Amino acid sequence: MTKQESAARALASGRADAQGLNSENQQKVTNLWQDAIYRLTRNRAAVLGLILIVLLVLMSAFAHVVAPMHFTAGDAALNNAVPLWLTKVMPGHMETYTQISDIYPLGADYLGRDLLSRVIYGTRVSLPVGFVGALTALLIGLIYGSVSGYYGGKVDNIMMRIVDIMYAFPTMLLIILLMAFFKTSFGGNQEPGTAAYTFNQINRAVDGLLGLQGGGMLFIFMGIGVTAWMGIARLARGQILSLKEKEFVEASHMIGARDLRIIVRHILPNIMGPILVAITLNIPTYITTEVFLSFIGLGVDPPTPSWGSMISDGSRAIRSYPNQVLFPSIALAITMFSFNFLGDGLRDALDPRMKGTS
Amino acid sequence: MSRFIIRRLIWTIPVILFISIVTFLLVHAVPGGPFDTEKPRPAEIQANLMKHYGLDQPLWKQYTDYMGFTRNPSGDYAGILQWDFGPSITQRSRTVNEIFAAHLPVSATLGVAALLIAVGVGVPLGIIAALKQNSAWDYLSMALAIVGVSVPSIVIGPILILVFALTLGWLPVAGWGSFKHILMPSLALGLSSSAIIARLTRASMLQVIREDYIRTARAKGLSEKVVIVRHALKNAFIPVATVLGPMFAALVTGTFVIEQIFAIPGLGKYFISSITNRDYSVVMGTTLLYALFLVASNLFVDVTYAFLDPRIQFE
Repeated sequence: MTKQESAARALASGRADAQGLNSENQQKVTNLWQDAIYRLTRNRAAVLGLILIVLLVLMSAFAHVVAPMHFTAGDAALNNAVPLWLTKVMPGHMETYTQISDIYPLGADYLGRDLLSRVIYGTRVSLPVGFVGALTALLIGLIYGSVSGYYGGKVDNIMMRIVDIMYAFPTMLLIILLMAFFKTSFGGNQEPGTAAYTFNQINRAVDGLLGLQGGGMLFIFMGIGVTAWMGIARLARGQILSLKEKEFVEASHMIGARDLRIIVRHILPNIMGPILVAITLNIPTYITTEVFLSFIGLGVDPPTPSWGSMISDGSRAIRSYPNQVLFPSIALAITMFSFNFLGDGLRDALDPRMKGTS
Repeated sequence: MSRFIIRRLIWTIPVILFISIVTFLLVHAVPGGPFDTEKPRPAEIQANLMKHYGLDQPLWKQYTDYMGFTRNPSGDYAGILQWDFGPSITQRSRTVNEIFAAHLPVSATLGVAALLIAVGVGVPLGIIAALKQNSAWDYLSMALAIVGVSVPSIVIGPILILVFALTLGWLPVAGWGSFKHILMPSLALGLSSSAIIARLTRASMLQVIREDYIRTARAKGLSEKVVIVRHALKNAFIPVATVLGPMFAALVTGTFVIEQIFAIPGLGKYFISSITNRDYSVVMGTTLLYALFLVASNLFVDVTYAFLDPRIQFE
């Protein structure tokens, strides 16, 4: 970007005085989104987060190319093997009791499968969970919140009471119960022709689409989707309540626009900023929920590699083979950092007044 | 004020009813039962067992018996209304109340310790960051906060074990019983919450110290300490208080994973195994207990507003 361009942008966003620039002929009209994107690209942490997310997405899409092995492949004779370099950096004296094998860059798990490959394939579980969670939250939350906020009155009252009741549910317990129900009712082999069979088939299709084997991803999506939308619904409702009294909404009413058109064309574009921020910052929550579920054995089914089940296996062997818990943990932490950085950056970019708050 | 509390208390009745019905249906919708064993029992014994625990009754009757609305087959009112969570189905000699008495204090201790860490670390960090805005302190504490927000307890737990137990050897790897055992799990559990609290405290503190009444307090010559503690902090704490209720509930339920990592005999671990064993009464009881707890803590938070900020009126 040239100096002139950035000066023009600074002008447009009302920061001319701060930078002492006053060349009016270079003024360009920028809208809120262009302005936000400009501010976002100036935020180093946010850009780093975005780059990491893109890399993670590519890694999960091309896991079969990037990973040295398939996530089920391995040599059972080399279980818990570690490469030489790890014995030097890890606490304790691993070389005294374990096999050394440099085939595995980060070591092997208790079944002799390559840890690195499984961590890489793990993105195929965590990222879809994050994105599908966000998508469900966006679709259901936005529609629910918009209807409730826009129509107000009795409708609003009833709809929000329902959300209140859902909020009183201990979320984690509800998801655990739902998962137990989904997995036992729809998992395994089902009789053709029943509803359970249909679910089972969709689930297999979803797993196939993600390049996994028998992971039960659909059930995770469903479990997280049931609880993911409530926060967004409340947020959207609150935003719409304050917007619908504004003059431009009244004006569209006057010229006879239908409710749907007013909501979609006039109100939603104005509330997308805060919603986008909230959703980005919620993605880490969806990802940890899946990790928690897989950790306690109610998430994805083996042999699908979830970071949660890998941390669970690894923490059982933490005294002897700390590498088995460390690497999936690091992968998870990096993913969480990326989304949090991006979310924080988005918030600062869309609403500079909020900069540095919560 | 008291009218507000009464109205909120009445509202909890449909909430708890709804939660109990949904949980009851979900628990019973899971295929299989508590008496399914590898080797089938004789049908008569199976029928007697089902009868003993009232599982031969129609589902609605099982529910009303469980809640204590109707007389159970032995002719008593014994249910949630009477604070009787019933017998555990898979652990013959124990009632759910006894299980709670044995395991809940462990989870609660862990939850309270984690909350203390969350507030004890988060609030001072947020205040320092706000008072020295844009200084190195500010950046350092906010960097710490983003680490805390991003690294979940499931990651912090093993890393703490690696560092403090395996490398340094200061603390026991796992287990329960002494102060040393509580440190790592509560840290793992409380750190992310402390990061959330730090960011929230900083944000609301920044807002509050620009208010007129703070200028007034300074203008009348109060010492900086009194201005911050008595005038600013009290108001800055309101948004923080709103998250404490749900946070405490989340901490107590979040112990599920931490209890597994650190081999702690808490209620969370028990809940998970009860689901696999189809121990209906333990699953129901735990969910209801946590829901009651969540409702109560939210109510408590709403009431504390009034004490922190007299301007808040209850409609």
